[in-house]
Amino acid sequence: MTSAQGLGGAEQIELPERADAPGAVAPPRGRFGALAWALWLARRLGLAVLTLWLVSILVFVATAALGDPVRAILGRDYAANQARVDQLNGLLNADQPLVQRYLNWLGGLLTGDLGTSLTGLRPVSELIGSSVVNTLGLVLVSAVVMIPVSFGVAMLSANYRRRRPDTVIQTILLGLAGLPEFVVGILLVALLSTSVFHLLPAVTISSPTGHPWDQPRAMVLPVLTLVLAVSPYVARIVRATLLEVLDSDYVELARLKGIPEGVVMRKHALLNAIVPGIQVIALQLAYLAGGIVVVESVFNYPGIGKQLVDAVNAHDVPLVQALSMIIAAVYVVVNLVADLLSILFTPRARTAISS
Amino acid sequence: MSATEQSATTSAWSRFVHQRRLVVGATITVLVILLALVGPLLAPHGENEVTGPPFSGTGVFGTDYLGQDILSRLLYGGGIILLIAVLGTVLGMVLGVLIGVVAAYAGGWWDEVIMRLNDVTLAFPQILLALVILTAVDQPKTWMIVVLIGVSHAPRVARVARGVALGLVSRDFVHAAEALGERRSRVILAEVLPNMNAPLLAEAGLRLTYSIGLVAALGFLGFSTDPDKANWGQMINENRLAISTQPWAVLAPVLIIAIFTIGTNLMADGIAQLSDRGRD
Repeated sequence: MTSAQGLGGAEQIELPERADAPGAVAPPRGRFGALAWALWLARRLGLAVLTLWLVSILVFVATAALGDPVRAILGRDYAANQARVDQLNGLLNADQPLVQRYLNWLGGLLTGDLGTSLTGLRPVSELIGSSVVNTLGLVLVSAVVMIPVSFGVAMLSANYRRRRPDTVIQTILLGLAGLPEFVVGILLVALLSTSVFHLLPAVTISSPTGHPWDQPRAMVLPVLTLVLAVSPYVARIVRATLLEVLDSDYVELARLKGIPEGVVMRKHALLNAIVPGIQVIALQLAYLAGGIVVVESVFNYPGIGKQLVDAVNAHDVPLVQALSMIIAAVYVVVNLVADLLSILFTPRARTAISS
Repeated sequence: MSATEQSATTSAWSRFVHQRRLVVGATITVLVILLALVGPLLAPHGENEVTGPPFSGTGVFGTDYLGQDILSRLLYGGGIILLIAVLGTVLGMVLGVLIGVVAAYAGGWWDEVIMRLNDVTLAFPQILLALVILTAVDQPKTWMIVVLIGVSHAPRVARVARGVALGLVSRDFVHAAEALGERRSRVILAEVLPNMNAPLLAEAGLRLTYSIGLVAALGFLGFSTDPDKANWGQMINENRLAISTQPWAVLAPVLIIAIFTIGTNLMADGIAQLSDRGRD
């Protein structure tokens, strides 16, 4: 796999051997260390910008050219209310040619002008400010919980490799991995807040000024849902890597030297699982960007996912465009950071520049 | 225990486990599909027949937000999900395999451009692609959802197909066919594709799992093709607010989607394990 391919494939990791190949990132090569790094970074950044540019075309064409948003917004009123049609068409600049509209929109994106929401008639940037923060908070908390949980499960499973507890854990993980997020979310609501136990609030009650984490109890279920949606993949990949290392010759040698199994696991196996771990965590964090759309809707969480669904329902084109660009940008940036971290954590790749 | 002895016992054990996974997964999948297909024949009431007041206890699972029988809605509601998920999966597999194999076979510059464009669509979570396109649409049609799901699968399938095909295009039998002067399309269809069956079958199982999740999620978010028709995803959406008073109206469709996706996922994993052993 080259670094560029690391960009994609949110769920390609179902079969462990696909993602855990060592050296998943093409390292910087060349005689002069700093220059090689600069070149690698420039190439990788260029690729990210190119991807985002193509994504912007995709978003714009899908929202503005495939259908008639004004007709969709007004429904039956379309024929009756000419003034409103003209107002909305004016907001969308529908009289201009498509290319012109795209260029204006792209220019606005680059200068921070995201347009005017069709439903709220307020600038999009005003509307999305707090929801972006709320979603970042949710994803961050989920990641902080998810990473130790999935590494812990993977180590436990690898410790009992191919024996009963391992098989049971793997089967449970496989079952969880197939479940859609909203199914997990609703089952958790039924279990922990409405039907079986009445422990936690089922929805987030949002106040216009505060953040959802002002009521930590309401954060538990959304975070738990996201963790359950993402951890199975990470745990399976990390376990596969751990097993590969535990079966290797140098671990056998370490054992023969009399190093206790726990130390072998920590020092030899776990450290080698970090790079594939980073790759799969990055893929899953990027995948969370899609998962939040559904999970936020389940819990009425005031983030960009919920906002996106509402905007699509209201056919609010500028808002949808801005939110989908944000989600795509998160995806691209997370992958970029993951590639960088992978190189920094792989001695072979790190030193390849000075060889 | 020596290393060889251990690996012999573990491989026998894992073969058993994985075959069992395949058997269990396929059984669950077939049962749910049967339920979705013959369900309408078994339903005690009509799809839109009002059998009592809203959220009352009439019938096995009670009634839903309009007073329709939940069990009957459940039996009617699988067909559309199954249809869209299967058609979307087939479309995604065909498109993705074509793109992946052509990229691998053409190689060089073509491969680079195709896979780079592929990366762009991968920057979009599948549900997001569907939502973006539904923005400008008033009432989605069934074929639209099928195309959306197929198109969002295609780049992901293409990556896998390209990987599998890359291992084939440099093999002797492909070179032999080229040396014999076969047309390119014929080399792809007759030599490369038939040798990709097993890994692609596993991928198809995985894609089916995601398709079911996607269709159900779109229904859950309120984007279903026909609001009157029963649909497991949409049933959840309709009755969500009553989850504490009438839990079965929500839990019955949620559980059946859960069972279905667990079944298809186990099946896909079983096929993948079998095909891995078949390789080399």
